[in-house]
Amino acid sequence: MVLFMLNVSKSPWLLHYDGSSCNGCDIEVLACLTPIYDVERFGVINTGNPKHADIFLITGGINKQNEPVVRQIYEQMPNPKVVVAVGICACNGGIFKECYNILGGVDTVLPVDIYVPGCAARPEAIIDGVVKAVALLDEKRRVRKEEARQ
Amino acid sequence: MWSIISVALYLILGPVVGGLLAGFDRKISARLQGRQGPPLLQPFYDLFKLFSKQSVVVNNVQDFLVCGFLVFIVFTGGLFFSGGDLLLVFFALTLAGIFFMMSACSANSPYSAMGAQRELMQMMAYEPMVLLTAIGFYKSTGSFAVSDIIHSSVSNIAYLPGIFIGFLFILAIKFRKSPFDLSTSHHAHQEMVKGLTTELSGNILALVELSHWYENAFLLGVVGLFIINSNWWSFLIAVPVCIIAYFMEILVDNTFPRVKWEVMLKSTWLVTLVAGVINLMILSFIK
Repeated sequence: MVLFMLNVSKSPWLLHYDGSSCNGCDIEVLACLTPIYDVERFGVINTGNPKHADIFLITGGINKQNEPVVRQIYEQMPNPKVVVAVGICACNGGIFKECYNILGGVDTVLPVDIYVPGCAARPEAIIDGVVKAVALLDEKRRVRKEEARQ
Repeated sequence: MWSIISVALYLILGPVVGGLLAGFDRKISARLQGRQGPPLLQPFYDLFKLFSKQSVVVNNVQDFLVCGFLVFIVFTGGLFFSGGDLLLVFFALTLAGIFFMMSACSANSPYSAMGAQRELMQMMAYEPMVLLTAIGFYKSTGSFAVSDIIHSSVSNIAYLPGIFIGFLFILAIKFRKSPFDLSTSHHAHQEMVKGLTTELSGNILALVELSHWYENAFLLGVVGLFIINSNWWSFLIAVPVCIIAYFMEILVDNTFPRVKWEVMLKSTWLVTLVAGVINLMILSFIK
């Protein structure tokens, strides 16, 4: 019972960052907080502080300007952490892939754990992605503990 | 003997009560907003999760100052529930607040620094009322000691109605609820990132949560102090009064937006002056 309560998955706090998104996916992410979808019932809180967050939810592609910013936010997050790329632009650059400024999706900068495609990604799909990310968090914490023991 | 038992109960049950209060707060707020809301035990899940996270430590001093905050909050509540001197209790509470504010100052972050400045404004706003509360109890019972106050023949709220209202007013600042959650607030209500707690993470942030739970349990104890008298059944009235007071705080939290520090300072001092000082003056004539 006590071990059950110690899971990171019971309290996943997420950080929502807009890379270079058109804001369509951002609006859908915020829609997840509204009464219709209500992710807070899973204990998810949208915190704006990387030092408090477990899940890094990125929308939009990566360009030269935001590449160091995204990397710095990721490094500020304490372990265990997961990265969720929301929307097709965050997955592989989307319809902006051929643009001169876009380097590609988030995986050009960070190790992405969950990809949520869509344009804009539906709240149901985003919640699905977050739930999968949360299960991964538990796995990462378990691996971290075993490595600490060795 | 009883004081040792009370202190032990506070040490063990304080975080449980504080966590459940936070859980009810989030659940009721969610229902007021038409949502389902997290499970009641969610704050405990949050606490355990924070203990299992890596702690990104900004400097050497910050951890020490946060531990000082926790130690002095526990000292405050322990002294209060053991029947100690009410004035000393409130001074210890202020010292704990200073430790917390300094932990934010020590980090080289503009968000923490602004949060610390706002925390100082908050302390300036509520300290007069807190001191008036202690003085009011002294004028009404002739003693600062909590152990004497709980044995008064009549509930002190009969002599201190204005001070009770003033104390409930500043309780919104102490509980960090809208409209007075300027320096740091619950999870989603951020403004300067997270204000005071911006640079805290992992188990240090968990200790801050724990301290807030101890503090909330203590503050509701002070609300109960207005009601409790020498009759045993006054406890049965004090508990619902505390619950109703906490529910009113949740209601106000969901209804009012955050205000600027000038509005907080002026309104709090106005309430202190009108409700608190007039109450004291009338009490001086009566007693």
